[in-house]
Amino acid sequence: MTTLTAPASAPLAYRRSAVRRGVLWALAAAVPLAFLTVFFAYPVAAIVGRGLVADGALDLSGFADVLSRPRTWRIVGTTLAQATVGTVLAVVLGVPGAYVLHRCTFPGRTAVRAFVVVPFVLPTVVVGVAFRSVLAPHGPLGFLDWDGTFAGVVAALVFFNYAVVVRTVGAFWATLDPRAEQAARTLGAPPWRAFVSVTLPALTPAIASAAAIVFLFCSTAFGVVLVLGGTGYGTVETEIWVQTTQFLDLRAAAVLSVLQLLVVGAALAVAGRARTSRERALELRVTQMRLALRGPERRAGDVAAVAVTGLVVVGLLALPLLTVLVRSFRTPSGWGLGNYAALGTTGGPNALSVTVWEAAATSLRVALDATVLAVVVGGLVALVVSRRPRSRPARRAVRLLDGVFMLPLGVSAVTVGFGFLVALDRPFGIDLDLRGSLVLVPIAQAVVAVPLVVRTVLPVLRAIDTRLHEAAAVLGASPGAVLRLVDWPVAARSLGLAVGLAFAVSLGEFGATSFLARPDRPTLPVVIFRLIGRPGAENLGMALAASVLLAALTAAVMLVAERLRAGSAGDLA
Amino acid sequence: MTAPGAGLRVEDVVVLYRDDDGTTKAAVDGLTLAVAPGEVVALLGPSGSGKSSLLRAVAGLEPVARGRVTWDGTDLAGVPVHRRGMGLMFQDGQLFPHRDVARNVAFGLQMQRVPRAERARRVAELLDLVGLAGFGDRDVASLSGGERQRVALARSLAPRPRLLLLDEPLSALDRALRERLADDVRAALTATGTTALFVTHDHDEAFAVADRIAVMDAGHLLQVDPPAVLWHRPSSRRVAEFLGYEAFVAAGSPVGRALTGEAGAPAPDALLAVGPGSLHRVPDGVAATVRGAGFRRGVVELVVDVEGVGRVTVVEPSGDPAAALPAVGTQVTVRADPHRVAVVGGYG
Repeated sequence: MTTLTAPASAPLAYRRSAVRRGVLWALAAAVPLAFLTVFFAYPVAAIVGRGLVADGALDLSGFADVLSRPRTWRIVGTTLAQATVGTVLAVVLGVPGAYVLHRCTFPGRTAVRAFVVVPFVLPTVVVGVAFRSVLAPHGPLGFLDWDGTFAGVVAALVFFNYAVVVRTVGAFWATLDPRAEQAARTLGAPPWRAFVSVTLPALTPAIASAAAIVFLFCSTAFGVVLVLGGTGYGTVETEIWVQTTQFLDLRAAAVLSVLQLLVVGAALAVAGRARTSRERALELRVTQMRLALRGPERRAGDVAAVAVTGLVVVGLLALPLLTVLVRSFRTPSGWGLGNYAALGTTGGPNALSVTVWEAAATSLRVALDATVLAVVVGGLVALVVSRRPRSRPARRAVRLLDGVFMLPLGVSAVTVGFGFLVALDRPFGIDLDLRGSLVLVPIAQAVVAVPLVVRTVLPVLRAIDTRLHEAAAVLGASPGAVLRLVDWPVAARSLGLAVGLAFAVSLGEFGATSFLARPDRPTLPVVIFRLIGRPGAENLGMALAASVLLAALTAAVMLVAERLRAGSAGDLA
Repeated sequence: MTAPGAGLRVEDVVVLYRDDDGTTKAAVDGLTLAVAPGEVVALLGPSGSGKSSLLRAVAGLEPVARGRVTWDGTDLAGVPVHRRGMGLMFQDGQLFPHRDVARNVAFGLQMQRVPRAERARRVAELLDLVGLAGFGDRDVASLSGGERQRVALARSLAPRPRLLLLDEPLSALDRALRERLADDVRAALTATGTTALFVTHDHDEAFAVADRIAVMDAGHLLQVDPPAVLWHRPSSRRVAEFLGYEAFVAAGSPVGRALTGEAGAPAPDALLAVGPGSLHRVPDGVAATVRGAGFRRGVVELVVDVEGVGRVTVVEPSGDPAAALPAVGTQVTVRADPHRVAVVGGYG
């Protein structure tokens, strides 16, 4: 028998180590809190202040002024309409996709599933360029005459968010027990009835959660709208940019940012609600069940689902990507690698200040910094929020932190960028203008990427049964050893995916970067946007080649990340 | 036996439990219990009686609101879970999914910084003990429910805990496996000389595994005794009912005397507990009406209403395969087997 009896002075020593542990946890919570306070809350507060405060007093005349402009209401209407239609279409197309790709099994499923996620991580500027080349008068779908229209923007938004619905709903659907539907069938319900009355209600939390996130992404879309929307087409997000950079009306931009925050806050509240009920429903999950698409299990609905999914994958997802790829090889002097050769130049007259390769190098550097920041901050957030402390105040604090840390999920990148411009000229009254320095770009990108990191790592940490921690503790593992030997090995694999996502997001980040990148050090997306804004076939060809380069970089990063990820990980949003 | 204070002592312990609505209730309410070194004690009680809370409090996973938990006379208050040197086996194993079988079993040894070679030897020894020799490099996900519990048992025994706590370790398994594993657990515990506290709501399991059984209800201890004493001398009606006794009758009453016949009751004012197997059919006895009849694993069970006693199950060996079961409503006469009637202690 072992003698582990504690010495007489032991309780005191234990109390001291418990205090030390408390301090460490407080630190782990304080680091991300401080980061988000300085680089998220403070800039956002500064924007709100701009809109509401004039000469030290509350002044709502800015609101009255901006809200009385018909232009504002047209833009708000467009934003809401674009987000609503985009969300409905993404859900309607995404649910059959979730069924086919996550519930059924067929050869090549893994490949199709991986392909479907590509658009989500593609830089928005690339998506914009891709849809423009498809919808342009000479593009494959030019006959639709959608170039620069509402329909074109919505199509691009659905392209972008399809994966969110498929992944969120699909992951949930895969764990749904099919026996409930089978029970309904034996009780006399025809297949469609069993689906509508048993499966659909069970899926509702997942669908609602996905829809809220998609609505959020659609209403804060920036790069896609800026590139695809024609003249006169604007959303709140692009209008903030226009007011700031073109009309130099910072107060109007501030008022619009406040409006945007309201929309985002509402969508986030809905998303949070849906997420809680989804997580609750997930507690009842069983082992994954997959249905064969062939043989006696096949149903009439399967054929329709396969048809819809096939059409989406080929027509909506593959066509724009292929078009960009093909077009990037067309130069004014015929087919060839001319556009790629031009990446080593600064483009046509007055197009760029650096070569595309230099911009790509800047992008990689910045993305590396942003990824480190986002993974450290996001990883700490996930770690702290996944704890289930015994004492009530601590539990409440964890729940509060959970909510606070989700806020940046909804923040529009443009608001972050604009907020940095407004707030960080003299941060907290310190005479230190950060705006000219290159540090702000990776920090802004990290703020945008943190929620994704949290969303990827947190579900994995949360899924670890408390009793697994207890089992380790009873076997003699100290709290630190439990973290190291139980939580870490389980979460490390999802951390690989988180690194990939953060890297991909910062590589393609355009909204905040477009405010903050110095003219002499632009990133790849900024360069692409500048190129398509210039006239001339050479510049467009270069933009297409640069888009292919950016897409290839992103895809390579995600491929490595998917390799690192084994087993289950969190959902996309 | 050993010196007083040796082993585990739970003294007047209260464990609180917080409901979803925020109110606190006592899951364990002023309970006192001692487990001597080398002894296996089963905590038997219906679900919600507080047995698991008590177990978790002993392990240090729940705070003790009042009272003391001591080991060899040393108060364990303030000693964190990982320093208590105890083992805990969960209902569903809780094996580490990212470690194979051998590395699961080795976890506790690793925490004790046992050298690698010694660790490997001990793991092999334990896997052999639980009948899983050669399973070391298997992925835990590939194991059946019974195999998982065997690994969990090996894992908790490996660091030689001074006390092993088992929280309904067999409840998630099917019946045949449960019965077999109960014997295996008993064999493993006695082979290693492990002191153990075994929580269960299943009588058969408690009787198969324990040296003494502690019956718990609503946070209180009702009785602690060796299995045979518990079975034949339940301390109260509540305990007898929980053990499965169906009807109670005063030994001195006319029907009590008629039931016990010439053999007589141990004491005229005793309360007798009658259960399945207590009564058998005789040509002359107390009148009873058959209310139901059925087969159970080689025996016939008749549910009869005995006048003045109540509804009791009569168990008879099933003899002639051609013989029909008595029809419902048939009148029979029964008498008690004095060795199969319990005397309830709380009465007289």
